[in-house]
Amino acid sequence: MKKKYTFLIYTENHIGLLNRISIIFTRHKVNVETLNTSSCVHEGLHSFVITIISTLEQAKHLAKCIEKQVEVAKVFLYREDQIISQCLALYKIAVDSKDTLRRIKSLVDTWNVRIFEQEEEFVVLEKTGTQANLEMFLKNNLRDFDVREFIQSARIIVTKPMGKLQDVLARRDEAEERE
Amino acid sequence: MRYNNISGAEAITLALIAENVDIVFGYPGGANLPIYDSFYNHGEKISHILLRHEQGAVHAAEGYAEASGKVGVCMATSGPGATNLLTGIADAMLDSVPIVCITGQVNSEDLGYDAFQETDVVGFSMPVTKWNYQITTADEIAETIAKAFYIARSGRPGPVLLDITKNAQLSIIKEFEYHQCTKIANYHPKWKPIVDKIDTAAALLNNAERPFMVVGHGALISKCRDEVRTLAEKLNIPVGCTLKGLTAFSSDSPLFAGMVGLHGNYAANMMTNECDVLLAVGMRFADRVTGNVKKYAPKAKIIHIDIDFAELNKVKRAYVPINADAKSALKLINERITPKENPKWVEKIAFYRQTELEKIINHDLDPNAEELRMGRVVDAVSSRLPMGAVCVTDVGQNQMAAARYFRHTVSDCLITSGGLGTMGFALPAAIGAANAIQGCNIVAFMGDGGFQMTMEELGAIMQYRLPIKVIILNNKYLGMIRQLQDLYYKGHDYFKELQNPDFVKIAAAYDIPARRVTTQSELNQAVEDMLTTPGPFLIEAQVEKNTNIYPVIKTGGSAGDQVFELPKNQE
Ligand SMILES: Cc1ncc(C[n+]2csc(CCOP(=O)(O)OP(=O)(O)O)c2C)c(N)n1
Repeated sequence: MKKKYTFLIYTENHIGLLNRISIIFTRHKVNVETLNTSSCVHEGLHSFVITIISTLEQAKHLAKCIEKQVEVAKVFLYREDQIISQCLALYKIAVDSKDTLRRIKSLVDTWNVRIFEQEEEFVVLEKTGTQANLEMFLKNNLRDFDVREFIQSARIIVTKPMGKLQDVLARRDEAEERE
Repeated sequence: MRYNNISGAEAITLALIAENVDIVFGYPGGANLPIYDSFYNHGEKISHILLRHEQGAVHAAEGYAEASGKVGVCMATSGPGATNLLTGIADAMLDSVPIVCITGQVNSEDLGYDAFQETDVVGFSMPVTKWNYQITTADEIAETIAKAFYIARSGRPGPVLLDITKNAQLSIIKEFEYHQCTKIANYHPKWKPIVDKIDTAAALLNNAERPFMVVGHGALISKCRDEVRTLAEKLNIPVGCTLKGLTAFSSDSPLFAGMVGLHGNYAANMMTNECDVLLAVGMRFADRVTGNVKKYAPKAKIIHIDIDFAELNKVKRAYVPINADAKSALKLINERITPKENPKWVEKIAFYRQTELEKIINHDLDPNAEELRMGRVVDAVSSRLPMGAVCVTDVGQNQMAAARYFRHTVSDCLITSGGLGTMGFALPAAIGAANAIQGCNIVAFMGDGGFQMTMEELGAIMQYRLPIKVIILNNKYLGMIRQLQDLYYKGHDYFKELQNPDFVKIAAAYDIPARRVTTQSELNQAVEDMLTTPGPFLIEAQVEKNTNIYPVIKTGGSAGDQVFELPKNQE
């Protein structure tokens, strides 16, 4: 059965690595739902968070294909219940009257959004939440506004398991057979 | 090694020399001329073989690597030079062949602006390289080349491509120092076998009633022929080899069950189907081996040893997956086994072999048949060769005939395109092999179709007087295609007979002695002449046109479904 799986990939920070990783998904004809790259707490490493929809078997296979790449330090594969995830959205809304502005401001208190930027002609709202949340807010709560732009970030995650990457890497160094 | 104020190109040459590279297969162009110019000054240390096409250069590097066990090096210019390498790089990727390909590239400031002969080599070679990198400054050369060689040869070997911009080749390096690479931070090519798994594997083997071993290319890469033999002989385990694993176990051993897979030997396939424990060593359950995976080795608990963790449980779930170098793992397993006879099971090899002899082999090798057959030609050559020969094959029926009828032993070397099945591979790969080892016989079997894909490389054979014995098995067809059309497409031989050139005249044009043979006695004489004539030689053996390669695994079937003949016009 196909489900949502998320890869947390620790890599070196090199030109071309994003391509090397993304062609692995292309080759298997798997669509990348969201992708985020970022620095991380581990010195010298960089992280990719990639979410796909696939079978567990295929996800495991993809994880191995990625981990095999020379500059990839480690790949972790997570189910939805093993991660805490969040997205960020920005909504740019045109303001043509004081009344519009008032109505926008009233959303702030009820819907856990904040006014990120206010200019003469528009207001930018910022909201965090799940992908579905952020889209629902646009559809339901901003329906009566003149929303000019909407953008959502990739999913960023933290994981629930408490294992330390350093321990994993150290165990792996020990398991290596040297010439 | 330390030098001051040298050019990037000079640094590349010195780095290659430091990696013990004494030969490069290549083709020049504007973007790699600085490197050639630096070779000019190091002729005594590094020689260059000019192929007639970049595809030839990369296959030659592969042939060299497979014959020598070293990393093969090839070189091409930017743009079309680089794109021409691609087939060979993909071939090396699928067959785990260690090669380093160096391409020239336009100046770094022109990258991305469609300069003359600029292509995104790094981009398009990414899916078919183990690693690739674009060097844009001379300072990166030492470290990157060291890394490239280490990655190409370590763990599961594979192709590495370095794309080097012209400005990096031309600019001056103040201080150049070269150190071979022995470790890369996040790259772990080899794992120690986990002892628990070894114990379980050994126990399974000790208790098996019908154990079977399938040995692949990985066993050869890991140089564990001795360990394979020890294990097989101690426990009396019949051994099958994959196409790329032939020569990991001697075909004259009573425990040799033959080649596994689609056109493999009956015993090897039947025993795969019947075994209760299957030990897979350095092989990847390729579809040409398994057929329908769901039906493959249905009674067996599988022990799978592979250095590449991504191969374990990829195609076939292993009862005991062992992520390790085959040699290390087998050594440990061998320490844990108790010698055992198993006559009833081992006798089955002879039984199945007898069936295959009667149904297929006797026919294929029949000396009294009116027309020559591929099997007879291969056998006529192989039976006259001393030990330690190099057998190179192309792709198609000729490949299967050479795999089945060449008398492979552990002192031989078989060079063939397995995973990619690249027609046109044999001739340039033989050129690589001929430059890797001297004093042994190098015979290259190919079809009339495949020969014409890279026959321009006769030019290189002529120029360097390489002692390659070329055997064209001419059935005047793209034989394997005709076979498929015969069996599965209602006999529609869409491509008809090939209108071929006169191969003997072509050889003559390249100053290569040649014979055309159509009968057994002509064949015997020609083989005699070929083996006593120093230097290159070409035999065009005109063979039966309409023969199919048998046995074959039925469509949708697996090892247990190998048949000696198929009704025509299957779906
Ligand atoms: C580069 C390439 N193109 C196409 C094929 C598909 N193919 C496989 S076997 C074959 C026919 C080979 O004919 P020939 O070289 O005459 O050898 P034969 O089968 O007759 O021994 C073809 C076209 C291939 N393997 N490689």
